[in-house]
Amino acid sequence: MARVVVDVMLKPEILDPQGQAVNRALPRLGFDGVVDVRQGKRFEVELEGPADEAALARVREMAEKLLANTVIEEYRVRVEG
Amino acid sequence: MSARIGVITFPGTQDDTDALRAARVVGAEPVALWHRDPSLHQVDAVILPGGFSYGDYLRCGAIARFSPVMETVIAAAREGLPVLGICNGFQVLCESHLLPGALIRNAGTLFINRDVTLRVESNSTAWTSDYEIGREILIPIKNGEGKFAADERTLDELEGEGRVIARYLNNPNGSARDIAGIANAAGNVVGLMPHPEHAIEELTGPYPGPATDGLPFFTSVLKQLVNA
Repeated sequence: MARVVVDVMLKPEILDPQGQAVNRALPRLGFDGVVDVRQGKRFEVELEGPADEAALARVREMAEKLLANTVIEEYRVRVEG
Repeated sequence: MSARIGVITFPGTQDDTDALRAARVVGAEPVALWHRDPSLHQVDAVILPGGFSYGDYLRCGAIARFSPVMETVIAAAREGLPVLGICNGFQVLCESHLLPGALIRNAGTLFINRDVTLRVESNSTAWTSDYEIGREILIPIKNGEGKFAADERTLDELEGEGRVIARYLNNPNGSARDIAGIANAAGNVVGLMPHPEHAIEELTGPYPGPATDGLPFFTSVLKQLVNA
C-alpha cells in the first residue's frame, strides 16, 4: 500500500476570494505579518500496490481528468511515505 | 408533432421542473431525462438545468460531467444537438469542455440571488435567435459560483467570434468582461448563469417586471426545430 497525495491549487492568476477572506480574518485574530493566503484542496489517494512510475502516471491521469480542472487549477502529485 | 425538449435531472438538480414547464409553455413537448439513463429518448434539444448536481462536490458540475447521460449529450452536442446549460448546467458544460472557461467563486464570496439586467450580444445561436441584439432583459440569478473565468486568449476568441451571447449591465460577481453567457463555435451549445426559465410567466417572473424576458430562449430553439 502506498499513499499518493495530490495537491490542487487555483492558478496564480485566478482570484481566490476564499483565501482572501481567510487572509482578512487573520489580523482580527491577532495573527500579524501574513501577506497572502491561498486555499486549495488535498487528495489522499490510497493505492493497492506500490507507488511506482506506472502508478504515478495513473494518478496524474486521474488529476488531469477529474481531481483538477486545468482551466483554472494546477496540481502536484507526490508520494507520501 | 411538436419538438421534444429534454431536461436532465441529476441528484441535487433543483430547476428541472421549471425548465420542463418553460418547454411546455412555449409549446414543446417536455421530456424528463435521468442522469443514469444514457438514452436521450429521441429529444430534439436538451436543457441542463440549475441546482447543485452531486452536491457541488469536488467542483460544480465536475461529477455530473461523467454521468452516463452526459456521455451521450457530449457526443450529440458535437453532432449539432441544441443544448442549453443554465447555471449549474453551464458549469457542467464547461467541465465537459463543450464550452471554454470555468465558473468560479463569486468575487466577494457571497451567494447572489436577485434579478439582473443583461444585454443580449448574439442572436446567431440556437437559443437566442428570437432576441434582437442589444436588447436588455431582466433575468434572475442565484449562485455562489457564477464568476466566468478564462484566459485572455480564450476571452479574445469568444469576443472575436461573436460567441458572447449576453453580458451583465452591472457585473454582480466579477465575471471576466461582464460575460453572463457564451456559445460554442457552431452556436448549438449555449451556457448561461442567469435563469431564463424563471422569467417566462407574469405570475412568477421578476417583479415588478418585465416578467417574461426569458421566453425567447425557449421560443428560439423551438422555431429552429420546427423549421428544421
